[in-house]
Amino acid sequence: MADSRADPSFHSPNDPTRRANGSAGAEISVSLKVNGTLHALTLDPRTTILDLVREHLDLTGTKKGCDQGQCGACTVLIDGRRVNSCLTFAVMYEGAEITTIEGLAINGALHPLQQAFIDHDAFQCGYCTPGQICSAAGLIAEGRSKTAEEIRELMSGNICRCGAYTNIIAAIQQAMGRS
Amino acid sequence: MIEFQYARATDVADAVRQIAGNPSAKFVAGGTNLIDLMKMEVERPTKVIDITRLPLKQVEDTSDGGLRIGALVRNSDLAYHAPIEQRYPVLASAIMAGASQQLRNMATTGGNLLQRTRCHYFYDTSTPCNKRAPGSGCSAIDGHNRMHAILGTSDACIAVHPSDMCVALAMLEAKVHVTGASGDRSIAFADFHRLPGDTPQRDTNLDAGEVITAVELPPKGFARNYSYLKVRDRLSYAFALVSVAVGLELDGDTIKEGRFALGGVAHKPWRDPRAEAALQGQPANTATFARAADVLLREARGYEHNTFKIDLARRCVVRALTQAARGTPQSQSSKKIA
Repeated sequence: MADSRADPSFHSPNDPTRRANGSAGAEISVSLKVNGTLHALTLDPRTTILDLVREHLDLTGTKKGCDQGQCGACTVLIDGRRVNSCLTFAVMYEGAEITTIEGLAINGALHPLQQAFIDHDAFQCGYCTPGQICSAAGLIAEGRSKTAEEIRELMSGNICRCGAYTNIIAAIQQAMGRS
Repeated sequence: MIEFQYARATDVADAVRQIAGNPSAKFVAGGTNLIDLMKMEVERPTKVIDITRLPLKQVEDTSDGGLRIGALVRNSDLAYHAPIEQRYPVLASAIMAGASQQLRNMATTGGNLLQRTRCHYFYDTSTPCNKRAPGSGCSAIDGHNRMHAILGTSDACIAVHPSDMCVALAMLEAKVHVTGASGDRSIAFADFHRLPGDTPQRDTNLDAGEVITAVELPPKGFARNYSYLKVRDRLSYAFALVSVAVGLELDGDTIKEGRFALGGVAHKPWRDPRAEAALQGQPANTATFARAADVLLREARGYEHNTFKIDLARRCVVRALTQAARGTPQSQSSKKIA
């Protein structure tokens, strides 16, 4: 069985009601890069990229909020595009380059978005912040938003229960000005 | 999530071969709806066939002046594709009205057509649902049915199709190209999704073992006079209560051709030829639009919590037609409804 460790989305592998018939569940080999490092892994095909980075690679910056693609806390960049990592089977991403919040700073220098979130106090509890920042990195790369209104719309996939939206928009605008 | 066998398909023929004769196998592409449903064990495939390597990622001109969109073109790429923005802006607008950018970056054209309803009871495996468990009953008819259908319902199911993109595709009269074991065929968009009837477990007329390869747009894109108006419980990233895709062809102030399709009101994107006939040859004004809306909603039926949708739909139709006639389509960034 794959390493499911503390992941509550995995049910017990010994529960016969959750077993498919026949050869289902065979582990699959996949190689992909996470934050520039190549990983060759053998995975239960149910493993999401969210669970892969958190539970297999101990990169716990990416957060599991709803685990259903509704909150955006799990946002990472795959080949430069922001996606909900909770809705991905990692085995489908052979050869992909994944960037998590841990991969944004370079040699200890904060990414402009990370600095901007600090400058603007763009978080309270911080749980949504890694997803907000990765999403904003994707947004800037897309180059489709200029106004605060457009940023708000294109950041609507990231929910902040603390309601730090005003400062999040200000932080993104600052980072856009520098990039 | 139950265990499943993972397989990759190399081309369309291989995909069709791999799924043949296996009713518990599913294709996966963007995965944004299927993986969610698998986590909830609403979908329990024992084999998942990854079709993301199929060569279906192009948007190409057709010989008659339309566009052929490969089934694996991602929603965000399609919305931002220049010929779509220029020639079919109602489609770009509808796509941008749906989901979030993260989801649009993953979701595919073919998958958007095949997404399942977001009816809460369909998702909740502890409740009866004829779509999920045929014959078990419909919990929504006498339950929390605020999001549910007002047109084309049956005693078995009052779920709505959740897509925004499909509402625009219905208005544009797209064609769906599919391939199965017995070859290729194309399905008119109006015939692709089904009404629930007594088989709500079947959302579409895609046969078992068929794969969507492309969606074809005819030449007419209504790029001058169009609108996609979506009304929902929050300003973005929510499913429609009611949405309307409109295309008008005007000769001065007279409507040469008018089309409109509604989302959030039925088990499929809803069009009514009688309502559109009420636009033809008429002056493009509020009285005409209201008459067409009334024809469309004549047979609408509300349930305990969604009767408001009938009036809301009528107003949305009038407003979206007005926006289209003025050449001032609804913006998907500014939420002001002009």
